[in-house]
Amino acid sequence: MWSTLLLALREIRRNVLRSFLTMLGIVIGVAAVITMVTLGKGATQAIADQVSSLGSNLLIVRPGQRLGPGATSAAPPFKMADVVAIQEQVSLVRSIAPTVARGMTIVAGARNWSTTVTGSTNAWLSTGSWQLAAGREFSDAEERGGQAVCIIGETVRRELFGGQDPLGLSIRVKGFSCEVIGLLVSKGQSAFGSDQDDTLVMPLKTAQRRITGSQDISALRISVQDEAAIDQAKRQITLLLRERRNITDNEDDNFSVLDTRQITETLSSTTKVMTTLLGAVAAVSLLVGGIGIMNIMLVSVTERTREIGIRLAIGALEREVLLQFLIEAVVLSSLGGIIGIGLATAASIGLAAVMQLPYLFDPAINVLSFLFSAAIGVIFGYFPARRAAQLDPIDALRHE
Amino acid sequence: MNADQTPLIEFSQVTKFYGRGTAGFQALRGVDLSIAAGDFVAIMGPSGSGKSTAMNILGCLDIPSSGSYLFQGVPVEQLDRNQRALLRRTYLGFVFQGFNLLARTTAQENVELPLLYRGEKRGARHQAAQAALKSVGLEGFAHHTPAELSGGQQQRVAIARAIVTRPQVLLADEPTGNLDSQTSNEIMQLLTELNHELGITVVMVTHEPDMAEYARRVIHFRDGRVERLQHNGGRD
Ligand SMILES: Nc1ncnc2c1ncn2[C@@H]1O[C@H](COP(=O)(O)OP(=O)(O)OP(=O)(O)O)[C@@H](O)[C@H]1O
Ligand SMILES: [Mg+2]
Repeated sequence: MWSTLLLALREIRRNVLRSFLTMLGIVIGVAAVITMVTLGKGATQAIADQVSSLGSNLLIVRPGQRLGPGATSAAPPFKMADVVAIQEQVSLVRSIAPTVARGMTIVAGARNWSTTVTGSTNAWLSTGSWQLAAGREFSDAEERGGQAVCIIGETVRRELFGGQDPLGLSIRVKGFSCEVIGLLVSKGQSAFGSDQDDTLVMPLKTAQRRITGSQDISALRISVQDEAAIDQAKRQITLLLRERRNITDNEDDNFSVLDTRQITETLSSTTKVMTTLLGAVAAVSLLVGGIGIMNIMLVSVTERTREIGIRLAIGALEREVLLQFLIEAVVLSSLGGIIGIGLATAASIGLAAVMQLPYLFDPAINVLSFLFSAAIGVIFGYFPARRAAQLDPIDALRHE
Repeated sequence: MNADQTPLIEFSQVTKFYGRGTAGFQALRGVDLSIAAGDFVAIMGPSGSGKSTAMNILGCLDIPSSGSYLFQGVPVEQLDRNQRALLRRTYLGFVFQGFNLLARTTAQENVELPLLYRGEKRGARHQAAQAALKSVGLEGFAHHTPAELSGGQQQRVAIARAIVTRPQVLLADEPTGNLDSQTSNEIMQLLTELNHELGITVVMVTHEPDMAEYARRVIHFRDGRVERLQHNGGRD
């Protein structure tokens, strides 16, 4: 057994270039599979992280049913009375941030910048797990009076003020000027690919009065007391809102309550589908690699017919010749597997860095890929090896 | 050396038919022969007379179509492929028509090959191969590949490989076929030595009467039959 292994290694070393080319299919297959799966895992992890950075026990309530990304069916907006009712009647709710939002261009000095302007309350900060890097929250007076003050994200600060300290400076938003009273700690890119720091928040009243011009509220961000109670809170809020919006029993909700877990699931199921698809494509290349091995082994058997004849005539048993060629195939394919794993590790680390994803080493997929590549050697090496072993020594010796 | 009366090799009415029906060919037509342990036999005959066919059967590489072949009293035709392989690796040494060494493999490795299949340890293999190469006068050439050796040297490597296992029988199909007479004589002397000193039974096919002179007995083949037996008394 040991000597057969040595024999196989010797044979592989004897023809380095060809051995390498034979392995290449497996190398690429294994590298592709592992890289796909590793990056897929990283992406899923990144999404989970990002979504949980939205706030862990967060519910987002919007009017209308989500029909797909972005699209919602028409439905009446919420009013402040809905917010108060939820606050009072659903005990599981810790805080509610009613919000309105508009995309618009804002100006400071000579610079302008397009961003999302949100009107909300201080609860917007806590429900979104935002921290202040500098400055302060809105005061009660500012919230109640709808004063022109705002808290800005890091991107807005950078684009409008460059290196300057923004506190106390003013930004023009749709014809009125508001003073910057706070700066948010940077959160970076969201799982959706958008820049979370590209934001400006002002008191709800201010936004309603000066921007939207109505008492409407376009979304509610609700944080729940306890993560375990999230489903219960969701049910209670749904019941309450159905009642308040006069929805009869056989009508569907005209609003939607999303929780962060659901968002995570939706997003990670998309990445999972992608990962599975790409992984399947990569697995096909593994199969092609296996066929490559079979092809080369068949050529090798034909080429080495004389050698096989000599071995058989000298007294090699059928199974010894079979084993020799099988081991050769397995050594080739598993060597390809090992090289593929190395390549995948390098590629995953590199790509993860480029794509700003975490690199998560997955031992299972590495071990699995290695075993799979070895198995490919066995499966695709068996037929050529058997052909070698069953050669007639006399014919084989006479070959050429 | 002929004292042992039970023959090592015994053919009785051995035939070999290649192919099928009218398209087939009767290479051996009922051969009787017996070779005792320690003998040195040459097989001669015109081309196509069945010498190599007989050697293949002798060497347990092939089995007779009919008739029986007893090797050490064992009916070879009743053995399967693997059993015959075991017989070959244990008792037989081959020097093939043409050298049939493994290409791109050193003399040393070529000679070690049969020991590898016997499962000998690395150290033992190494020593035995060295000794065998020495006995054929190739001490300095252990690490040469066949491409780096002359025809005569290659043939001697083939002989070293055949004797490294100390076989009972050395089968050589035209061992001097492609060699000049000087080298041929050297090879024949080597075979004679092996026969005399190690007591290895040698069976050799040759076309050249000069070479057959070295043997103790000559078996003449013609048309798949033994035509006559000849004893070379003088050389013993
Ligand atoms: N595998 C085979 N299939 C069909 N016919 C064969 C086969 N092997 C040998 N023969 C035929 O059997 C006959 C004897 O062949 P063999 O090789 O024994 O001759 P030989 O005496 O060794 O001749 P040479 O001196 O040329 O080597 C030849 O006519 C050959 O054509
Ligand atoms: Mg012949």
